[in-house]
Amino acid sequence: MIQTLDQVFVIAKHWLMGYVPSPLQPLTSAVLSIIPILIAFPLLFAITTWLERKGLGRIQNRLGPNRAGFNGLMQPIADAIKSLTKEDVVPLTADHIVHFLAPLLLVVAAFLAYSVLPVGRNMVLANLNSGVLFFFAVGSVVELAVFMAGWSSRSKYSLLGAMRAIAQMISYEVPLVLASVVVIMQAGSLSTVEIVEQQAQYTHGLPHWYIFTPWGILGFILFMIAATAESNRSPFDLPEGESEIIAGYYIEYSGFKFALFFLGEYLGMFATSGIAITLFLGGWSAPLAALTVVPSWIWFFAKLLALIFAFIWIRGTLPRLRMDQLMNFAWEFILPMALINMFVAGVWRFMAPGIVRWLVCAALVLAPCVVLAALLKRKKKLQLRTYSFAE
Amino acid sequence: MLGEGIIKGLAETARNFFGSYVRKERLTTVQYPEQRLPQIEATRNFPFLVFDGTDPDAGLRCVSCQICEKECPPKCIFIEKSKDKKPDAVGKPQFYPTVFNIDVSVCMSCQICVEVCPFEAIKMDVQYDYPTEDRFSALLFDKHELSKSNEYYHQIHPTEAAAVDAALAAEREAAAAKAATAAAAAAAKAAAATAVTSTQSNGATPAAAKPATPGAAADTSEAQPAGGEKR
Repeated sequence: MIQTLDQVFVIAKHWLMGYVPSPLQPLTSAVLSIIPILIAFPLLFAITTWLERKGLGRIQNRLGPNRAGFNGLMQPIADAIKSLTKEDVVPLTADHIVHFLAPLLLVVAAFLAYSVLPVGRNMVLANLNSGVLFFFAVGSVVELAVFMAGWSSRSKYSLLGAMRAIAQMISYEVPLVLASVVVIMQAGSLSTVEIVEQQAQYTHGLPHWYIFTPWGILGFILFMIAATAESNRSPFDLPEGESEIIAGYYIEYSGFKFALFFLGEYLGMFATSGIAITLFLGGWSAPLAALTVVPSWIWFFAKLLALIFAFIWIRGTLPRLRMDQLMNFAWEFILPMALINMFVAGVWRFMAPGIVRWLVCAALVLAPCVVLAALLKRKKKLQLRTYSFAE
Repeated sequence: MLGEGIIKGLAETARNFFGSYVRKERLTTVQYPEQRLPQIEATRNFPFLVFDGTDPDAGLRCVSCQICEKECPPKCIFIEKSKDKKPDAVGKPQFYPTVFNIDVSVCMSCQICVEVCPFEAIKMDVQYDYPTEDRFSALLFDKHELSKSNEYYHQIHPTEAAAVDAALAAEREAAAAKAATAAAAAAAKAAAATAVTSTQSNGATPAAAKPATPGAAADTSEAQPAGGEKR
């Protein structure tokens, strides 16, 4: 019974495949695997927009949307209808083809990333043996889409926003990949399915998630910081910069194209959260051996929602960084820490298991963290600002 | 320590998040169309016309003097004067407006019309929402839409309305007293005239009696606007 519930989608797919003639089976299999992704994640996007507006409202002691439907639950549908019926304005001097293609490319790239995410046991679209590599390769297509949008709009605000976005995304792509390298070193595989299966083992009822190791904690934190910057979310939302460059690279977009950008951004956030879950939080595996009775896909989506809530919480708390702070943080703190983390992961690999290994690796993680923070703090000079031209 | 400020901030926002579910006084939002904030007594939005009694046509205080129309800075008032007269709040025969329109989409709520009105006829209303699908004719209020009773005025601005009522009552009394003295004077004059005619010859009676009555009538009609302007 538990097995059936866990594999309900897989069984349903096989049952449907039984009715298809064998020459059509590969195509049908692909379509049947893609359709749930195309339904589940945009639906999650709709729920997240509502959750985010409600959560931010409560953080600011407001009520949030509460007019459309019960507690404003129909708000995403109202927003969708609004953006669909809006006029689609394209600037006269814009490059029409590129302007049209940019949001599509963004959404397609975001969707492609889901093909290697194992959302449950035996529930992955393509079990590539280079899955993690594929994920990051597809993730960097987003940068191209962003620059296409900024460049084709022929607006200085879009271009500024796009340049900020590119600078930020490239800066944080490096620590994002380096932070995940530690997991690949430990698992010895690039396949996402393989990585999750290695974490879904239990000793004394506790799972072998990589977050329960010193390098795993640091790797997860670094990965999440880089993922926040990568998905252009607050406090790293400079490309959007509501208060200075209005909406950044998608200022010249309206109507449904704007909604597509929004969708693409959120899908990217879910995808990076999903890969963080896969790499560090044990993917679809239950947090305790006793809890494996709960279907695996429920665990994946529960972890995803928890990470989404963390993103919303962070967004409601931290103000936007300055451009130089953003860059310094990436190159002076996150990148060295990611490299040190790789060294710690190597030490972990070659030491005998036990409490000594844990303590040595924890010290190796904590000491550079404290030293680097102190050094960076000393470098920061606080002084009265003098204005050369404004007096 | 590194990240200490971030953790403090996260704790604060978490406190806000859960606190807003537990303690209702944290939420300052007013659910607008259903709930409204109480208005202070000096609230003002758009002008309306006050009428006494129950009939808005008969009791309208406006005498169509058109001062407000001339003073209105954005020129949102339009008045057409009547040909005939009807008794006003004080009881004297006056003109009345056949057309009195205010375009509230033009009105800037400056209250100058209220300040210049010598007859306490135009006052400021407190209603601020006039949602409509037609922004032209639906926002051009005519005489009937503008006419509101004195009781309504008491409801929205009690102190101000009481002062206005007292002033009007005093004026009514003064007018009554003046009318009484004028009547008494006319009666005395008439009595004197009849006494004169009775003592003198009969042939002079029509000539003396005729100028006495129109003269008294002209005197009272001239006194009314002057009394009104003094307020």
